[in-house]
Formats: sequence, structure tokens, C-alpha cells
Amino acid sequence: MDAARPPILEVRGLRKSFGHSEVLRGIDLAVAPQEMVFIIGPSGSGKSTLLRCCNRLEEPTSGAVHLGGVDLMAPSTDINAMRRKIGMVFQSFNLYPHMTALGNVTLALRKVAARSRTDAETLGMAALDRVGLAAKAKSYPGELSGGQQQRVAIARALALEPTVMLFDEPTSALDPELVGSVLAVMRELKAAGMTMLVVSHEMRFARDAADRVIFMDHGVIVEEGAPDQIFAKPREARTRAFIAGLTRS
Amino acid sequence: MEAIIQQFFNLDIMARALPLVLAGLRQTLLLCFIVIPLGLVGGLVFALASLSSSRTVRWSMIAAIDFFRAVPPLVLLIFVYSGLPFAGIRLSPLTAVAVAFFLNTSSYYGEIYRAGIESVGRGQWDAARSTGLSAVSTLSHVVLPQAVRNVLPDLVSNTVEVVKLTSIASVVALPELLYSADMARSVTFNASPIVLAAAIYLVMLWPVVRLISRLERRMAS
Repeated sequence: MDAARPPILEVRGLRKSFGHSEVLRGIDLAVAPQEMVFIIGPSGSGKSTLLRCCNRLEEPTSGAVHLGGVDLMAPSTDINAMRRKIGMVFQSFNLYPHMTALGNVTLALRKVAARSRTDAETLGMAALDRVGLAAKAKSYPGELSGGQQQRVAIARALALEPTVMLFDEPTSALDPELVGSVLAVMRELKAAGMTMLVVSHEMRFARDAADRVIFMDHGVIVEEGAPDQIFAKPREARTRAFIAGLTRS
Repeated sequence: MEAIIQQFFNLDIMARALPLVLAGLRQTLLLCFIVIPLGLVGGLVFALASLSSSRTVRWSMIAAIDFFRAVPPLVLLIFVYSGLPFAGIRLSPLTAVAVAFFLNTSSYYGEIYRAGIESVGRGQWDAARSTGLSAVSTLSHVVLPQAVRNVLPDLVSNTVEVVKLTSIASVVALPELLYSADMARSVTFNASPIVLAAAIYLVMLWPVVRLISRLERRMAS
């Protein structure tokens, strides 16, 4: 990370417990503008929970999250306004099945950003065009392939012009032949300078697109570094074991 | 055979009873236009309260819903109409029916809505909230449209039950369809007006019952 640039997303001392089990045990993380950070780790390591705490879909037990200097945990912060700046993409797409692709993309524009219908549709079409799906604007999610659905979900987040995007295993639910189309969109976003925090095991993609890789286990960050270092020369034994497992499969 | 036709399918008597029975039908339709919307709106409120994050609100709502579903609607109606005057609350027949139906049908509609809302996956909430939609907007634009679609056959079924249930308004002398037909019966000493009333219910509700079957088949596929 370039130390000269102040982080756009900053997580400090983040802890999260569900009942008696502590899923996040003190996470510190800073993401610089335009940086693409990958989070890897075994299931149950707290990766998704960390992501979900970044926009308070999950309420942290303690700790701080700042976006562009704004304290997301402060009572005075309008969390709905802040969430517009934090796009989120989910493993299972979570498109609204009763709305067309364009309807999915424009809902928040109309209801949160208070744009007129024509305005929202112009922006929505631009977002769909960006993920290569302008032609599918009138299709319902059920009529789209998994890859197309995920790209619509990306467009839904993009339409709000977020400053950061969170990806929670965006390709894990996809058939292998559809993964490429989603990664291509993420690559395009990276080229356009989007700041991204990605939970994913797409190693090859991480190696050539990520600026930094973070390895998490049991609710803590075990190791972080450049992708080449993490994947080729991990320092920690736990990281090594995990990477070896990934490579085998 | 002749006697059966005389007693049950006497067209002459039906024709004479028709104006009275039609007046009753008007009352029944009026009742439906009051109690169905009341139940649909009340049910939604009941459902949301029973899903409230406040434990007190949630449990008291669940208790109330259970209570009003377990008490026979006829008992509830007689209590509201004939019991409450002892507490100084005297309601007109129509108001009494509206109150009793509100409590009973809202509880049933409430349970249906609740099942519907719970059938919509957590991911839909996540997605909507992550774009900055408030809880209310998420509910009204994302969750409820899907919830209602998922339980539409049940909502319509329950509505058929409500329409049929309006006949209990006859016990508080509200001259709805059954009450009017029964009056005609007692004047003519002939059961044909009742058969006429049954035929009217059938004509009204049979298409709806068909619709439910089609909705259910569509849901299954």
C-alpha cells in the first residue's frame, strides 16, 4: 500500500461475536483508494463477517469502521446514506426476482438517491452497459444465466457510484464457464480505479489483479502481502497449509 | 320427487323471495367491502408486529393472534355485540361485525403474511439494505411483493372463508344474505329461499375457488 495516500476504508480493532463464539477477534485493515485487496482463508475464518461489518449489515460488537473519514459506527452517521457509497456483491447474487434487470439496478436510485424514473433509467442503462448487459435490461433474473445475474448485481451496486465495492465470494456459486465473464467485469472496474475488497479464492485472478492479499484464520489476520509473496512464499505455516490445499484442489 | 321440488326448488317462491334476498346480497357485499380490506390491512400490521425485534411486542402479538384464532368467530361476535354493552359499550350491528371480523380475520391474514415474509430469503434484505434502502422501503418494494406472491393462494383462500363467514352477522340481526333468505323461508314456510341464497354464494365464490386451484398449480410448477 502506498503510505502517502490516506486509506479510504479503515477498520480498527473490529470484533464480532455471535452468542458465545467470537468470529472476528480484533481486525485492523486499511484500504487505499483504487486498491484491490483480496481476503482469503478457510471457511469460518470470518472473511464474510468482516465484509458485512464494513457496511454494518452485521453490527460489530466493538471496533471502528471509517469510510472516507466518516465513522460508520457513530450514532449521528446516516448509515443508509453511507451504504450508497459501499457497493456490495453477494455470492448468491440476491437479485430481486420480481423486477427486471433494469428494475433491480434502478430501485435504489429512485428510492434512496431520489432520482426521477427517467434519470434513474439513464444511469441504470449506463451501469448495465458497463457490465455488458444493456441488451438484457428487460429480462427478469430467472431468465438470465448465473454469470449474467452476478453482472446485473454488480451493475446494481455500480449505479449508485460507490467509492468502495465489497465482493463476497462473487464467483463461488457460478458454473466454471461463467466465472470468466464476472472476473472480466471486476478487472474492468479495477482498471477504472475502483477500490475493491474481495473475498474470493480465485487464485489466478488474485495473482494478476490484486494489489494485496490478506490471509485470515480464526477471526484474525494471519498474514498479508503482495499476491506473489503470499501465494509463492508465505511466511506463516497456516498460510502455507491453506495455499497448498487450494493448489491441490 | 314432486315434494322435494316443491320444498326446495320452488321457482315461484324463489321469485317472490328474490327482492328480499337481493337486498341481503347487497348487505353481504357491503360487509365484504368493509371486512376484507380491514382484515388485509390489519393482518399486515399484525404480521409486522409479530416479526418485531422487540420481544415484548412480538410475544404479545403472537399471543393475541393465537387467542383470536382459537376463539370461534361467532363467540367473538356475540361477545362484542351482546357482552360489551355490560361495560357500557354499545355498538351497532355493523360496527360489532366489523370489530369482531377485524380481530378474527386480521389474525388469520396476519399468519399468512408472516409465513410469506419469512419465505423471502435473508439475502433479499441484505441486497436491498446494502444499497441504502431503509427497512420500510425494503419491506414495501422488495420483500412484500415477493411475500404476497408466495402466499397468494392462501390469501385468496382466506378471503373466500371471510366471505362465507359474513353469514354469522345474521345472529346480530344484520340483514345480510343468509338472514334475508331465512326470513323469506319463515314467511313462506318453504326452504327454496335458502337454496337460492346457496346458489348465489356458489355463483359468487366458485370462480374464486377455481382461481385458487390455478394459482396453486402455478405455484407448484
